[in-house]
Amino acid sequence: MTGSVAVPRPSAVTPLAAWRRLGSWDVLLFVLVVCMFVFGDAVTEDVRTSATAFNTLRNVTEIMLIALAMTMLIISGEIDLSVGSAVGLSSCVVGKAFESGLPMWQCAVLGVVSGTMGGALNGFLVTRVGLQSLAVTIGTLALFRGLGSVLLGNNTVSQFPQGWVSFGYSEKLFGFLPKTWLIVVPAILLFTVLLRYAKTGHAVYAIGLNNEAARYSGLQVRRIKFALFVVTGAMAGLGGVLFTLRTASASPTAVRGLELSVIAAVLFGGVSIFGGKGGLFGVASAVLFLGLSLRILVLAGVKPNVLTVVTGGLLLVSVVGPAVAARLRAHPLFSRSAGRAERESHSAQTMLPDSERL
Amino acid sequence: MAQAPLLTVRHAVKAFGGVPALRDGSLAVPAGRVVGLLGENGAGKSTLVKAIAGINQLDGGDMLLDGQPYEPAGPRDAESHGVAVIYQEPSLFPDLTIAENIFVGRQPVSGRRVDWPAMRREATRLFDQLGVLLAPDRVARGLSIADQQLVEIAKALSSDARLIVMDEPTAALSASEVTRLVGIIRRLRDRGAGIVFITHRLDEIFEICDRVTIMRDGVTMSDRAIAELTVAQVIRDMVGRDLSDLYPKTPTNPGPALLEVDTLTHAGTFRDVSLVVHEGEIVALAGLVGAGRSEVAEAIFGLRPYEAGSVTLAGRRLRSGDTATRIALGMAMVPEDRRQQGLFMTASLVRNATVTVLDRLRRLLFVSGRKQRAATRDWAKQLNVKHSSLDAPVQSLSGGNQQKIVLAKWLMTEPRLLIVDEPTRGIDVGTKAEVHRLIGEAVADGLAVLMISSELPEVLGVADRVYVMREGRIVEHLDRRDATQEIIITAATGAAV
Amino acid sequence: MTTATLGTAAAPWRTLLRARETPVLVVLVAVVVGTSLANPRFVSRQGIRDLLLAVSFIALMAIGQTFVIVMRHVDLSVGSTLGLASYVGVVAMRNLPGVPLLWLLLACSAVGLAVGLVNGVLVAKLKLPALVVTLGTLYVVRGIQGIVVASKRVNASALPESVVDLGIRSFLGLPYLMWVVIVAALVAAPIARYTRFGRDLYAMGSNPDAAQLVGIRVSTRTIGAFMISGLCAGLSGALFLARFGGTDVNAGMGVELSVVAACVIGGVFIFGGSGSPFGAVVGALLLKVIATALPALKIKEFWQDAIIGALIIAAISVDRIAVVRADRKRRLESRR
Repeated sequence: MTGSVAVPRPSAVTPLAAWRRLGSWDVLLFVLVVCMFVFGDAVTEDVRTSATAFNTLRNVTEIMLIALAMTMLIISGEIDLSVGSAVGLSSCVVGKAFESGLPMWQCAVLGVVSGTMGGALNGFLVTRVGLQSLAVTIGTLALFRGLGSVLLGNNTVSQFPQGWVSFGYSEKLFGFLPKTWLIVVPAILLFTVLLRYAKTGHAVYAIGLNNEAARYSGLQVRRIKFALFVVTGAMAGLGGVLFTLRTASASPTAVRGLELSVIAAVLFGGVSIFGGKGGLFGVASAVLFLGLSLRILVLAGVKPNVLTVVTGGLLLVSVVGPAVAARLRAHPLFSRSAGRAERESHSAQTMLPDSERL
Repeated sequence: MAQAPLLTVRHAVKAFGGVPALRDGSLAVPAGRVVGLLGENGAGKSTLVKAIAGINQLDGGDMLLDGQPYEPAGPRDAESHGVAVIYQEPSLFPDLTIAENIFVGRQPVSGRRVDWPAMRREATRLFDQLGVLLAPDRVARGLSIADQQLVEIAKALSSDARLIVMDEPTAALSASEVTRLVGIIRRLRDRGAGIVFITHRLDEIFEICDRVTIMRDGVTMSDRAIAELTVAQVIRDMVGRDLSDLYPKTPTNPGPALLEVDTLTHAGTFRDVSLVVHEGEIVALAGLVGAGRSEVAEAIFGLRPYEAGSVTLAGRRLRSGDTATRIALGMAMVPEDRRQQGLFMTASLVRNATVTVLDRLRRLLFVSGRKQRAATRDWAKQLNVKHSSLDAPVQSLSGGNQQKIVLAKWLMTEPRLLIVDEPTRGIDVGTKAEVHRLIGEAVADGLAVLMISSELPEVLGVADRVYVMREGRIVEHLDRRDATQEIIITAATGAAV
Repeated sequence: MTTATLGTAAAPWRTLLRARETPVLVVLVAVVVGTSLANPRFVSRQGIRDLLLAVSFIALMAIGQTFVIVMRHVDLSVGSTLGLASYVGVVAMRNLPGVPLLWLLLACSAVGLAVGLVNGVLVAKLKLPALVVTLGTLYVVRGIQGIVVASKRVNASALPESVVDLGIRSFLGLPYLMWVVIVAALVAAPIARYTRFGRDLYAMGSNPDAAQLVGIRVSTRTIGAFMISGLCAGLSGALFLARFGGTDVNAGMGVELSVVAACVIGGVFIFGGSGSPFGAVVGALLLKVIATALPALKIKEFWQDAIIGALIIAAISVDRIAVVRADRKRRLESRR
């Protein structure tokens, strides 16, 4: 995907070209999405319509929101598997709050707060107790899911105020943009700016490239990581509110496997699972790609089960692909000069005589 | 010596990335003898050991084991030849029992079943042989370094190692632990093993070694029987070089005290460390590896907590573990391990050099790429960094130029106090002098420098004052006029000359 | 400073006291005793039977999962492997002549081994994080299952009698399914403790770099462990079929969490290097006992997932704190 930029070869790869290559995957993905939309009618009818655009965008609302935060988290070298459950929990909180008669706006706020608190719990366990984010978020995945069912039991809450529901479900702008994207679009811009141009973004990349070096450079690694978990949780909370409105119902079993779609999109968008690499343009394109391809499959009458294969396959391809590519690049047949897989050059370096000591 | 040596190394040559680490290394180890291998940092001992252990292969020269050519392809191959290496900090399996650690990968089996009782019995027998008490059923987690080494030694014994190389085994050991180890080495020797013993504690050399081989700058300088040697002579052989022209030094004029460290303590790591650094002077912290110098530096910089004592910068007392405030007040630190701690190896020069000053390189709210590049270009020029492009990954630079990038990223913060930990390790001679010149220039402008170095010529050539640490404490404080290599080595090792 | 004292042979009771499984066993007994005091009907014959049946396939998967976690990996694909295997097993029984039960077991094993092989190769050869790989295969297998099964539901009436019997009959007071688990544990425990293969897995999890250095064949071992986990997951497909007398698209949905939880709670160290299949079985028992104790204690069963989550977090936190303490102790003892 982005490729590990190893020792630059004299003429073949100038840094500028390396940048282009880094950019190319994002662009390719985006072009692919546009092509799928434009030429989709060749596969099945009704693809190139504003209804498809609207449906696709609406269906990926939560995925997009969470993917924005998850991108930063994965770039920093951590991961959060609990987001799917956090969306469910937030939805249940909204439902429970609404059931007990609170005004809708307060329910929405509580939903976001619940996600934020969940994120804070993850962040605390990872940055303060010192646990692996994988292990922690497997635990909180079960915890949040459980708390959701504790809140609502077997109930399903519906009958949300009509205005809110149509905001989440049917209202559109310009004929294709769901109104909820009045939140999503600014969020995309905000996160892009944050990751690309702000100090925070630079710090996030640095932490993902080398956690220790970031610490020795005076970056507040723990604080930043904690904040990333909190933000991811908040986005999941917000996603839960929007999900509730979009489906006009809240139940503990409604959301399953959302974390997979989010992580698949982030990795497919060119973010390295090992941290330090990737960008939001690629991830946003990947979310649209995922949403649109599922939509086209639905339009083509493919059974929903195939869709799971597609998402899972996408995830596998996006982690396996770069690994295979790196292996090929390291292979003598494919590399004419010193271009070596990153991990290998690293292990070779540790053999250098640095340990020679007084 | 009448009988042919067990291991012979002849004219060994090894270079890393064009920098020679070993130019003419020779070593002869007879069976049933302990050979001490001595030399300063960079003398080539560890490179030689890694060749014997099969971790690195030699570029030139050859090795003989029992008179047969010996070219180990890897650590396993070396082990199958009866060669074992005990490192300063062994790498055990913390969750496995001591017995299993000894036999991991080659557990005794009866049928296809791992024979635990046999493993336990054998471990007990090995420890009996070594004369130590270690419970074979205890898991390795939490074992002291000394006990971990014992497990490694037992492992070597169990694989019938005939040649045992010990790479600075005593660096992190207490006095009583060293005594025990010395006893064990004598036993191993008496059983007919050849032993290579690397250490910096000269008293130990005279206590157990039969012969001493001394290396300097990648070349074996001397090989003598212990009876022919005195401490003074060993030091002379190790050092023996004229320093005056390597380190030109202009007299400095220190200003008021900038950094004051008072009775800094972290139990088990360092204790009661007090020191002062004035504006416009270079203060060195000398001592052996494992003496706690880097840990003190990290505590001063706020990367490591301390339990008692205080750090004061320019009259302001700092909180333990608060790096951000320190940097804001003008503290900076070039860490020991360039690759792991200093740099983002796969990232560009620009990204590496400006990570400390992102706040200052802003246009409105955002980090300005143009300002980042301009700043990097400026400093790359000032520090004479040889590079193909500002966007090239730093791993494409040579070690010396990498170090200059680390220096640049901190000099950009316009620090008042710069801590440098082993600033010239693994750097070629030319760049080394350059790094010293750069530091010298900054000091002339009023910068205060606290330098950790294991290279005595560097300490003596660069520093205005020297603190010497041993086993977590400051044991000596010398002025430039009074410092000699002999005094520092004596203080650092606790040897009596 | 000699840290340890020498005992020629550790007394068995001391070994037992120090074992990681012991506290779990104590908690298990405490929960059972406590709950039955509060509600005597908790330990009814039928109650115990239901509990053991419910625990059987989770326990079997936890046995397999132990081999993976012990080497510092994780296998999330077990739930969907169970689902696919159960259905493939049904198809095999229907279409192949001879003893149906045999075909069932063979088919389930084959599915499990295949998924395990894919996981193992991706993790071992491409050095990818097991979590992401198995999360991917989890959904791919789930999807394949969905395509194959579609909306078909297999009912008990469509199953051979021998399979249904397996889920109903008992031997010496224990359901057949529990005997399968016991046999599996009796096979797995010696593999973990008494074979080079098993010991290598522990070494790999305890210190991956050193494992490579002492010459352990890391990739073959990794693939082997994933295949064991796959095999157990596949066979639990057969148990699932027998227990519920059928299968559908949702079979095994989400059980991977319970399986990982059972291991972690049963003392299998999530950072690798220690734990045993026996502990995993006890962990699975504890999980199910808590789940069934909830209604007996008049607590809503909805708390179950939340309690699983909290137990996972508590277990890994306790382990982490123990490691930090040991390191601190060593530092304080080390010198001065």
